[in-house]
Amino acid sequence: MAFEYLEREEAGDRDRMKATVHVILKNGVLDPQGEAVRHALGASGFAGVNGVRQGKVIELDLADGTTEAQVTEMCEKLLANTVIESYRIDMS
Amino acid sequence: MKAAVIVFPGSNCDRDLAVAFRAAGADVDMVWHKDTALPDNVDIVGVPGGFSFGDYLRCGAIAANAPIVGALRAHADRGGYVLGICNGFQVLTETGLLPGALLRNAGLKYVCKTVGLRVETSQSAFSEGYNAGDVVDIPIAHHDGNYFADTATLDRLEGEDRVVFRYTDNPNGSQRDIAGILSDNRRILGMMPHPERAADAGHGGTDGTALFRALAGQLTSA
Repeated sequence: MAFEYLEREEAGDRDRMKATVHVILKNGVLDPQGEAVRHALGASGFAGVNGVRQGKVIELDLADGTTEAQVTEMCEKLLANTVIESYRIDMS
Repeated sequence: MKAAVIVFPGSNCDRDLAVAFRAAGADVDMVWHKDTALPDNVDIVGVPGGFSFGDYLRCGAIAANAPIVGALRAHADRGGYVLGICNGFQVLTETGLLPGALLRNAGLKYVCKTVGLRVETSQSAFSEGYNAGDVVDIPIAHHDGNYFADTATLDRLEGEDRVVFRYTDNPNGSQRDIAGILSDNRRILGMMPHPERAADAGHGGTDGTALFRALAGQLTSA
């Protein structure tokens, strides 16, 4: 029984597609939130933090067969504003 | 002048904008974001302030993909006029109808106060009721009004006389003190300050009235 259960879990895992999209302000775009975090780290006694850039992580739970090209399209159209942000896609 | 004001979930200056348009003599229709068409013969579309879709993802990003935006683009492509205020400016940059982007205020704080704006050009249907060099008092109320564009874009905006308003005392870190810009055909204005909140004596100031009157004058005779 236990073995069958495990097998189903693994099969289920194989059916799930995920993409993780990392979005962050481009270099050269001032990140006041990152700057505030850097100051707070310094004030908390953590020395040696020369810079902080704050971004976001967006996890997509995708239908089987979704391609990276489609995820790229999602990033270009909605998930990132490429005027100010860059993005990276990890498919898994 | 026939105006339409788009209403998104979270818009909160839509009725103020409609009141300001009507006070200038416009017929105004409110248009829900799920509609796919604008009323016939609309001269100008107002994209109002507020917090469309809760500012989720980025300010204006989800609104910029709403069903009505197809009709907004078609209106702009036909040479129709568009006025985006505050969140409406953010929506217009997210759609690409105006260049640049609005970042978090450099001071990280939401700023709500009346500020001085210098009118940089009277060469537009929006600003011909002012003289270049006039300083007007208009309220701002935003957390993400820090105008950003790359240097080439900023140079082009200035070279083409498309910066309409600059802050006299920059409240948010905007590059080159920019508070409002025009599209290349000068028929789309995006601005962070709220002229519709300075359009009635009861507001405590009426410096915004000239913008709506100028529009009404232009678009009625057109």
